[in-house]
Amino acid sequence: MGYGLSFGWLKDAAGAIAHGAAMTVFLIACTTVLGILISILFAAARRSRYAVLRKAVAVYVEVVRNTPFLVQLFFIYFGLPSLGIRLDPIVAAIVAMTLNMAAYTTEIVGAGLDAVPKGQSEAAFALGLKPRQVFIKIILPQALKVIFPALTSQVIIMMLESAVVSQIAVRELAHEADLLQARTFRSFETYFVVTLIYLALSMAVRRLFVAGGRRVLGAGVS
Amino acid sequence: MIEFTFWDILRNLIFATRWTALLSAVAFAGGAAVGLAILAARISERPWLRRFGSGYIALFQGTPLLMQLFLMFFGLPMLGFRIEPWTAAALGLTFYASAYLAEIWRGGVEALPRGQWDAGASLGLHRLQELRLVILPQAFAITRPAAVGFLVQLIKSTALTSIIGFEELLRTANAINNATFEPFTVYGLVAVIFFVLCYPLTQYARMLERRAPAH
Repeated sequence: MGYGLSFGWLKDAAGAIAHGAAMTVFLIACTTVLGILISILFAAARRSRYAVLRKAVAVYVEVVRNTPFLVQLFFIYFGLPSLGIRLDPIVAAIVAMTLNMAAYTTEIVGAGLDAVPKGQSEAAFALGLKPRQVFIKIILPQALKVIFPALTSQVIIMMLESAVVSQIAVRELAHEADLLQARTFRSFETYFVVTLIYLALSMAVRRLFVAGGRRVLGAGVS
Repeated sequence: MIEFTFWDILRNLIFATRWTALLSAVAFAGGAAVGLAILAARISERPWLRRFGSGYIALFQGTPLLMQLFLMFFGLPMLGFRIEPWTAAALGLTFYASAYLAEIWRGGVEALPRGQWDAGASLGLHRLQELRLVILPQAFAITRPAAVGFLVQLIKSTALTSIIGFEELLRTANAINNATFEPFTVYGLVAVIFFVLCYPLTQYARMLERRAPAH
């Protein structure tokens, strides 16, 4: 049985793999920042006075959560140009990832907002803070602290799912793997190495979030 | 050149949906069977089995499904198996599902009060009997919303098997799109079909969650 594993190609491929990993990290960094900002807005909209806003956010959340990310990506990248919206692959990837993640994190952020006791905002109002100050300075930090672990998991899930943006030729980690295995004919070894890198990335992101969360939001974040 | 009307596109997509549904069902059933074994390892009394269980779960939850599918697709032939997209897809999704289901059920097992085990033991039940007769039925019951929720995730995940060449809904859509150049309609319809498959299950999971007694 003449198939031996061989990792000799790895030396020459290290640069490409590192480049791909950097792109994956870039994508998820953009997605995290944009996604969390959007989901704070949407979670607030979902609790607003305007029924139209509430309904619109609810529909968005349901549609995104009940369709595959890959289909959303293809719809945005291949489908939207028929409406005259033509996006660069990287931009399309970030848009798709952000919209996808925000649908999940909107629910999470909302749950966090609901978990802050009403007395907190009442106390803040009594001290004469304006509504916006109450939301940003009092409610949001406490809500973020409660939902931090769930948010971290969602970011990692999104990073793993971002492997499929290789399908629209964004040169991230999975796409570099596709190119490498086509060149070296070492498909199994290539995907094996890249899978391990994803595993390391997801562990690193979790560590980073826990450490960062402790610093910014204070103790008690796990 | 064959002309595709809207109805041709829709009909072809709906025909392809049965492969998506079949793959989801096979992966969920297979995942439940393998997941049960992983669960048994994860909550075993032997430390090395517990470590194996948690390592298995961490591995599958910490790597992209797409990479897992590629490893199946390219790895199994190296072991001498002749493999087709269908086998790679079904096996890949089975292992993926088993890790998630094992973790969901473990949550259920650990949510049960210690007294349930003690009561089982006091009735003279063997550990496996305790699991089968006392613990698992309750663990399954309280984790049903999560399991149904995961089924939705699994159905959506079958779209990835189009990349390794399994002819399910999305791959059929890609082929139709290449013939018709109507990506907006084609991918829009695919999204609608997935929504029709998933939304009722999501609602069902939500209903189960509402009905569940508070713990």
